[in-house]
Amino acid sequence: MAHHPDHDPGTGQYAYEDGNALAGPLSEILTVDPTSALGRCTGCGSRWPLAHLHVYAQAPGYVGRCPDCDQVILRLVRSPDKAWLDLRGTVALTFRLGP
Amino acid sequence: MARAAVPGRLGDRLRWKTARLADRRPESPAAHTLVFDVPGWPGHLAGQHIDVRLTAEDGYSTQRSYSLASAPDGERIELTVQRVTDGEVSPYLADELAVGDLLELRGPVGGWFVWRPEQKEPVLLVAGGSGLVPLMAMIRVRRAVGSRTPFRLVYSVRAPEDRLYVTELSRDDPGLDRTFLYTRSTPPQWPRPAGRLTAADLTPAGSPPDLEPTCYVCGPTGFVETAADLLVALGHAPDRIRTERFGPSGG
Repeated sequence: MAHHPDHDPGTGQYAYEDGNALAGPLSEILTVDPTSALGRCTGCGSRWPLAHLHVYAQAPGYVGRCPDCDQVILRLVRSPDKAWLDLRGTVALTFRLGP
Repeated sequence: MARAAVPGRLGDRLRWKTARLADRRPESPAAHTLVFDVPGWPGHLAGQHIDVRLTAEDGYSTQRSYSLASAPDGERIELTVQRVTDGEVSPYLADELAVGDLLELRGPVGGWFVWRPEQKEPVLLVAGGSGLVPLMAMIRVRRAVGSRTPFRLVYSVRAPEDRLYVTELSRDDPGLDRTFLYTRSTPPQWPRPAGRLTAADLTPAGSPPDLEPTCYVCGPTGFVETAADLLVALGHAPDRIRTERFGPSGG
């Protein structure tokens, strides 16, 4: 399928938003801000806050990709009674917390 | 009760709330500011956003994110919604939602693209179109708390009539430097010809990289990518550049 990761083939527009868009959906699950959590890509090893992910929200859920190598970092799907979170693409997540 | 011992944490995840539209006012031909009363609103930080959910009678539901435009003010919040032609949500909010109507929303959320008054370093704000909204919340909080942190705003719009908050941004606000850029058409006798953001627009005295300002960039994805690349090329450290992009579902 000819789908350049940065552009929508139909409109030429960028087809993604960024990890800031995950703040609401992930805040249903986490009690601290998810967008400033630091992760590391299992594909290319780059580090980023989740806010930097490229997020595709046109799917039935959210797909977050590495801003450097485009690997899938996370997938999040919400049904009426469940949230399903796949974090396959990050080695870990580091959250800044108070004492 | 165990829950009462840790108020606001255990068992108290982010939930949808019902807000009531208290007022609305036009900001430009395509944008309106909507003022909501949100019972139980906990306050917010400049740059945070909310999610809005619209549900049709047949159960179809869709969500959008909108930045908070206002400084914290009790249970009252303001959003500025730009109408996107053929959009699914923004035309309803911008044109149809009437004073007294109810709306489902949740928030505030987001902790990355925020400015806190405790930050003392200079700030460079770079806005493309309605990307100004969260940056305006930062300007308003700075003013509300009497902060003397130097702020510089570079605001790019297509044409003069697209500008938001014109009156407020024309007012005296010591320590806030403002630069307007026009990409398609300019006001009469405007010194800078119409055109897209360039490195020269980001270099004037006031926010050189050696002052280590924190840079906040918000706008459409293409604008944000360009602005962030220019800032890095000018010598700003990538970890001092915070970005927020509008996505394709912004309508």
